[in-house]
Formats: sequence, C-alpha cells, structure tokens
Amino acid sequence: MTPARKKRLLLILLMVAGIGVGVAFALKALNQNLMFFFSPSDIVAGKAPQNKDFRVGGVVVEGSVRRPGDGLTVEFDLTDNAESMTVKYTGILPDLFREGQGIIANGRLDSKGEFVANEVLAKHDENYMPPEVMDAMKKSGQAMPSMPSSN
Amino acid sequence: MIPELGHFALILGLCIALAQSFFTLIGAQKGYARWIALARPAAYGQLLFVGLSYAALTWVFLTNDFSVLYAAQNSNSHLPLLYLISGVWGAHEGSLLLWALILSGWTAAVATFSRSVPKVMLARVIGVMGLISVGFLLFILITSNPFERLLPAAVEGRDLNPLLQDPGLAVHPPMLYFGYVGFSVAFAFAIAALISGQVDSAWARWSRPWTNIAWMFLTLGITLGSWWAYYELGWGGWWFWDPVENASFMPWLIGTALIHSLAITEKRGTFKAWTALLAIFAFSLSLLGTFLVRSGVLTSVHAFASDPERGVFILIFLVLVVGSSLLLYAWRAPTLKSAAVTNLLSRDMALLLNNIFLTVASAAILLGTVYPIFAEAMGGKISVGPPYFNAVFIPLTAPIAVLIGVGMLVRWKKDNWNRLLGVLKWPLLATVILSVALASLLPEWNWAAYAGITLALWITATVAEALMERLRGRSLASALRTTPRGFYGMLLGHLGIAFFIIGITLVSLYNQEKDIRMKPGDTFEMEGYSFTFNGVTTTRVKNYNAQRGEFLVRGKNGYETIMHPEKRVYLVQKNPMTEAAIDAGITRDLFIALGEEVDKTDGSWAIRIYYKPFIRWIWLGGIIMALGGLIAATDKRYRQMARRNVRVPEAAAIGGAL
Repeated sequence: MTPARKKRLLLILLMVAGIGVGVAFALKALNQNLMFFFSPSDIVAGKAPQNKDFRVGGVVVEGSVRRPGDGLTVEFDLTDNAESMTVKYTGILPDLFREGQGIIANGRLDSKGEFVANEVLAKHDENYMPPEVMDAMKKSGQAMPSMPSSN
Repeated sequence: MIPELGHFALILGLCIALAQSFFTLIGAQKGYARWIALARPAAYGQLLFVGLSYAALTWVFLTNDFSVLYAAQNSNSHLPLLYLISGVWGAHEGSLLLWALILSGWTAAVATFSRSVPKVMLARVIGVMGLISVGFLLFILITSNPFERLLPAAVEGRDLNPLLQDPGLAVHPPMLYFGYVGFSVAFAFAIAALISGQVDSAWARWSRPWTNIAWMFLTLGITLGSWWAYYELGWGGWWFWDPVENASFMPWLIGTALIHSLAITEKRGTFKAWTALLAIFAFSLSLLGTFLVRSGVLTSVHAFASDPERGVFILIFLVLVVGSSLLLYAWRAPTLKSAAVTNLLSRDMALLLNNIFLTVASAAILLGTVYPIFAEAMGGKISVGPPYFNAVFIPLTAPIAVLIGVGMLVRWKKDNWNRLLGVLKWPLLATVILSVALASLLPEWNWAAYAGITLALWITATVAEALMERLRGRSLASALRTTPRGFYGMLLGHLGIAFFIIGITLVSLYNQEKDIRMKPGDTFEMEGYSFTFNGVTTTRVKNYNAQRGEFLVRGKNGYETIMHPEKRVYLVQKNPMTEAAIDAGITRDLFIALGEEVDKTDGSWAIRIYYKPFIRWIWLGGIIMALGGLIAATDKRYRQMARRNVRVPEAAAIGGAL
C-alpha cells in the first residue's frame, strides 16, 4: 500500500470507529432510557413493570383530586374510562392540570403497587388530548364523544 | 374584500413560483438567456405577491375582522397592538404564511446580493428556491388557508394563546424561521452546484455568507426559545429535549458542521461532496422540524391539536425534497474529485473531526426524537426521556470543546507536533492554573464542574492565543485592520461556546430547586437568601385577572428586593398561567413561581423557589455565537468576489480566517 492509501485507510478506520462508538453510546443510552406507555387498564391488569419508570396517561376523574396531609402531596384518580387508578405526586401541578383533563404522568410503581409520579404533564391547549391518551381511550372502547377534530 | 385579495395574491405568488422554477431551471439547462434573465424579476415578483398576501392577513388582524376563521380563532379585539401583529404567526396557518414570506424574502435577497454569481448558477439557485416555494404555497392553499371565511362572522375572537402574549415569543418564531428557511439558500446553492457539476471553492465562497446569516438567526431563535421557556412556561428549565426543541437543534448542529465544512471546501478545495451533503441535510432537517411541529405526531409542549392531513402533506413534501436531492447527490457525487486529507495533523483533520462529532450528535438526537414514531408503527408506545439525550449528547460534544482550541491554532494542510505543542503550551498552562484557582471558588468540589470550567477556560485561552498570534510582530493598528472579519467571527463564535459551557455546567450542578408550602409570614432560606411570603392579592389587569404574590427577599450584604410572581387567568380562554418572578443577575437568578392555593383557610400556597447560578451565561453564550456568525458573514472578501476571479489559494495564510 502506498503511504497515501495507508493514511486514507487510517482515516476511514478512524471515522468508522468514531461513528461506531457514537452508535454504541446511543443504543446503550436508548435502552436504559426508554419509557413505555401504559394505560390505567394495563396497570390494573398488572402489565406494568416494577422498579422501572414508565408513563401513564388518562383523564383525571372529576372530584378525585385530594390532598392528604399538610404538605404538597396530591392524589388523584386517572381513568381511560374503563379502569381507573390512583396517582400520587408531590410538588406543583402544571397550570393546565384540571379534573376532566387528559394528562400524562411519568413515574413508577412503589412497593405497595401505587403509582408515584415524578412529573405530571398537561398541555397548553385545553382541547389537546395527548395521542397516547386518545389511543388508550379508543382501545378501551370509551372514547369520549367530544374529541377535538382540529384546532 | 381584503382577505379575498390576500388569498388571490397568494395564488398569484404560487403561479410566479411555478414560472420562476420552470423557466430558470430549464433555461439554465438549455442555455436560453432570456429564460435565465427571468430569475431576478420572478424572485421580486414572488416577494411582492406573498408580501401583499401577508399584509392582507395582518390587516385582518389589525381591523379585528372576525369573519376570517383564522383571526376569529387566534385574535381578540382587546389584544394590544404588538400581539395583533405577532398574532398573525401565532398559529398554524399564519406561521406557514410567514414561512413562505421569509422564503420569498431570502430568494429576493439572493437575487439582490449575488451579483458576483454567474447568471446561470444564480438562475438555478432561484429556480430551486422557487420549487420549495411551490411546495409551501401549495401546502398553505390546499390544507391551511388562513383567509378562510367564517359565516356568520364571530362577534369576538377566541384570543391569542396567552402563552404567546409575550414579547420574547413574539420574535422567537420569526428568528427561528429566518434560520430554518435560510438554510434553503445553502441547500439551493448545493443543488445548483450539483446540477451544474460546479462543486468547488467558488461555490463554497458563495454559500458561506448565506449559511452564516441563517445560522445566526437559528442560534438567536433557539436562544430566545430557551429563554422564553425559562421564564414563561414557569418551569425554570432552559432546555427540555422536547421533540420540537430537538427539531430546531438538529439543523443547528448540522448547520454548524456545514459552516466549518464550507471553510475547508473554500480554503482547500476538499470535502466537496461532504459539504454538499451537509447542505442537503441541514435543510432537510429544517423541513423535518416543520413536519414534527405541524403534524402532531409527537407529544410535545408545542403539539397543539392538529390535523393529520397536514402531516401527510408535509411528509410527502419532505420525502420528495430529500429523496430527489439525495438521488441527484448519488448521481453527481462520484464525479466530484476531492483531494483527501493527507495529514492527520492539520486543520483539515481537526475540522473533519468536528464534522464527525457534530453529525453523530445530530444523528443520536434524531434517533431519540423519531424512535417513538417508529416504535408506534410497530405497535409499541414508547417515549425517550431527557436522560437519553444527556447521556448521548455530553460525551459526543465534550471532545468538540477540546478540538476547538486545537483547530484554531493548527495549520492548514500540514503541521508538525513540535510547532503545535509550542503554540499550545501557553494556553494549556493558563488553563491548568486558572481552572484550579476557579474550582477552589466552587461551593463544593465536583469533577464535572471542574471539567466544565477547564473546557471553557481552554477555549478562552486558545481564542486569546489565536488573537495574539495574529497580532505578533506587527503594529496593533495594522494587525487589527488587516485581520479579516471572518477571523473575529470565528473567535467570537468559539468564545460564545465557552460562556455557554460555564452556564450549563454551573446551573446543572449547583442549581437549587424547592417546591414548598408557605403561608403568609413564612420565611424560607436558600443559598444565603431568605424569602418571606407576604401573601397573595387579586387584581384585574387589561385582558386577564391576576393573583399576585409578594415576597420580600433578603440576601448577603444588605441585598433586598421584592418579587411578585403571578398566577394569571386570561378572560377569554380561561386558561390559568404561571408568570414567574425572576430576580436576574450575572452570577445567579432567583426564581419564584406560584403553584396553587392549597389551603384557603390560612392562605397557604404551593410555592416553587429556585436558585439558578450562572444561567444567564447560557443565553449570553448564544448571543455571542450569533454575533460571531453575523460578523463573519460581513467579511469583505464575500463582497470583493465580483472584482476578482476566485481561485483556490495555494497555501492559505497561517492562522488565516476560517
């Protein structure tokens, strides 16, 4: 091999190695940080994992928001109109969190099997229904008649 | 009447765009001088009609004409003037019209300022931009007509989304669009060069100022968006790895790679094919961003209720643009002969590495952003959270910070270790000494903080060294005068990164966040500041009702201030909104947000208090980078091109401008 070719080969190897390391990093990180989505029905049926973060979405049941204790902990029920489950959260709820509103919560099941959220997401648009929640409701055959069609 | 005229002007704009691309592209291919000569008038004509159409929509907003559906949905007669103007791009239809207007603006700018570009080349560039325009105007006319009438007319509009009623957000979308759309110029130049086979130094030189300006706008747009999210969303974060943020960040990363790659292609005549590919990617990612924002396929803070039909249209458009340009690329690239990088120790090599890291980082973000879409197609519901992006992005970008220092000081083509080490030893020494000194000032020792400070110092020290090398052996006045602006632009761009690194490192590691429950009279201590809650009062302001909290804040050295976080309910849309109180400073921000009243009997509220050290440096870094981009774009040599024949310089000046 000529020196020029050697250099070119080295260069290509370097690039391949760099990209390889990058891809390896990415896949490893992706594997560790994927968050799966479960509906309240899935969770009630015991499909959700223990000791791993996941997302749950549904509509906050009317009249279910309560504040046990004198801290910032709040509990509310989340439903896909088939099953419902309790979500616990300590902290400040987003502005658009409201009863009857579709929300998504990130968190995990604790040892007692209760869902403890570390983040609650409600969207800026009152007509907006997170796609996951929409699907979960459709699956449970209980989609509400007032689904938004467009903005 | 005015809305119909606006609609009609838009249709005329589309006709001109069609003619613009047809005559110029065919004319350039066949060598019809008269057809080629249509490029400029067509560009101006398109700007005129799209501009008229945009003006008509603005008129609809200013006159509160709620017989137009779009205005009825997104405006209100009580809105202040600023938000009547910015409300035009407050939602889907109008923001697309703004997109089209900016695109025709860029096209006209290219037509005006590219006198040095050969007519045939210019015709092709304007032709390609015309094609993009055709796509967008069709999209607006078919799926998102902003002039659609509402019969009977609404009495009052549904108001602009309260979140958008903010000066920062009024300018954020236009900046971002200027950036996104600006990459269409680099894209059009690349396509034109691929068609003609003239992918060379001259092409790179024509593309550079446009790419720099587009990059500058994108940088400013992202910076503004981050700042807005910080104070307006009430979350106190500055970046969320939200799909839509990623959508603007990916073209930024590729655009950054493109700026550097264009430098090599211009200076050394190498990497031609790669540079053309980056130009295609940068714009494709801009389009992908538009698709992600507009289709609602992803759960995102920006995903408002949306219409799948629009998503399908953009997806088809995206596939057409990316597919045809990659096809052209595959056909043409093998004919491009580039000299390979022959020396591992050269600026060429440093820039190549920079390109690899930036591209891989961008690819990793792309993977995390679109993975949920593919997973969904396979039947799984998955989301990829911020930990993924942090885990991938930081190791992929930290090496770039090290490379920046080397890249500025290493010579083009071939350097030797002894010379380079001789140059690097002073900045290295300064970095080591200063980083230990600065790290000792940290509230507590932390390796990551030390690493961040070291990287920032390294960049600063090498920037200083590069400047000194430039000045050495000459009088200051003559050195400053003869140094090209591109060089200063490069230094500023890199310095901005140093500020940015300091900001993100310190705020991520030392920020204090606390959600607490406070009743009037309670005091909370954090980082040497005491926050005393004086209760909440209710007031009516213009178009919203506010619950206004009052906090007395006391700090060290007799520092005292009063902060007023608010909870607003806008009268029309009834959405509550948190308006955080921020006491800004160079070394720290204090941030208070009202949650909700948790106990009506004693007036306790859920309160969020943040201490954010050095957070301003993040945006300061963004602004400095953007300034660098602007200065580099105004370099004299881009304007002198007309007067001399552009040739590849045999050996670029040592430490020459990037």
